[in-house]
Amino acid sequence: MDLHNLNPSSLKSRFTTRFLRALTEINARKPIASSSSPREIFQRYRRIKDAADTSMAYSVRSRRTWSKATLWRLRTPSHRRRLASFGRRSSLNKTRTTTTASHRGAVVVQITSRGGGLGVQLEELRELVPGGEAMDLCNLLDETAHYIKCLTTQVQVMRTIANLYSLE
Amino acid sequence: MSGRRSRSKQSSVSRITDDQIADLVSKLQQLIPELRRRRFNKVSSSKVLQETCNYIRSLHREVDDLSDRLSQLLASTDSDSDQAAIIRSLLM
Repeated sequence: MDLHNLNPSSLKSRFTTRFLRALTEINARKPIASSSSPREIFQRYRRIKDAADTSMAYSVRSRRTWSKATLWRLRTPSHRRRLASFGRRSSLNKTRTTTTASHRGAVVVQITSRGGGLGVQLEELRELVPGGEAMDLCNLLDETAHYIKCLTTQVQVMRTIANLYSLE
Repeated sequence: MSGRRSRSKQSSVSRITDDQIADLVSKLQQLIPELRRRRFNKVSSSKVLQETCNYIRSLHREVDDLSDRLSQLLASTDSDSDQAAIIRSLLM
């Protein structure tokens, strides 16, 4: 990946700047004593991973359902999240069936009602994409495409940084 | 997907949605390395969805592995501010 000609307004450079800044902060919090105990390494791994996901979610130009869901997940303590998603799911199931029932298009029928296989994959996809359970089919597919693009950028940059660090 | 556009009872809303969804599925197909080469063969929606899930899972795993690697690399550096400056200068 050519890093020398980063367009300053690209997703890649926005993410890189944010993530590097976060890495510097995480590193600054290192205790002075030996910092390679497994527990500390695990904590740092968690912080780095969350920083990467957060940085990417902040770096998207137009806010997406998946990016909002990611930020919400990382900032809301888990007990409040459980309460919120309980209420959301019961009202959502009604919405979703109404949407699919009114669309008689061939592809929609194929994806949503024929056989158990496709329905299962859609459910899997909803679990993988942040905020996926709240989206109708069209939005889910659209958000998935955007999410994949951003994830690949995230992976590219993280890999480059890791390679640079391991050159030392 | 042939011969499905002539349903006169279908409202215009769902006809648009049908095309939209076919477009979205093929857009997804372009993004997945596994399936990109098979662009001109018919790939079923089921396969696209399956490969999408697999691809997202592998990307998540890569993020995990890279975070792990970075946490170990950070543990072994002392003069981190220099490195961050070096990296920044490479990128800007």
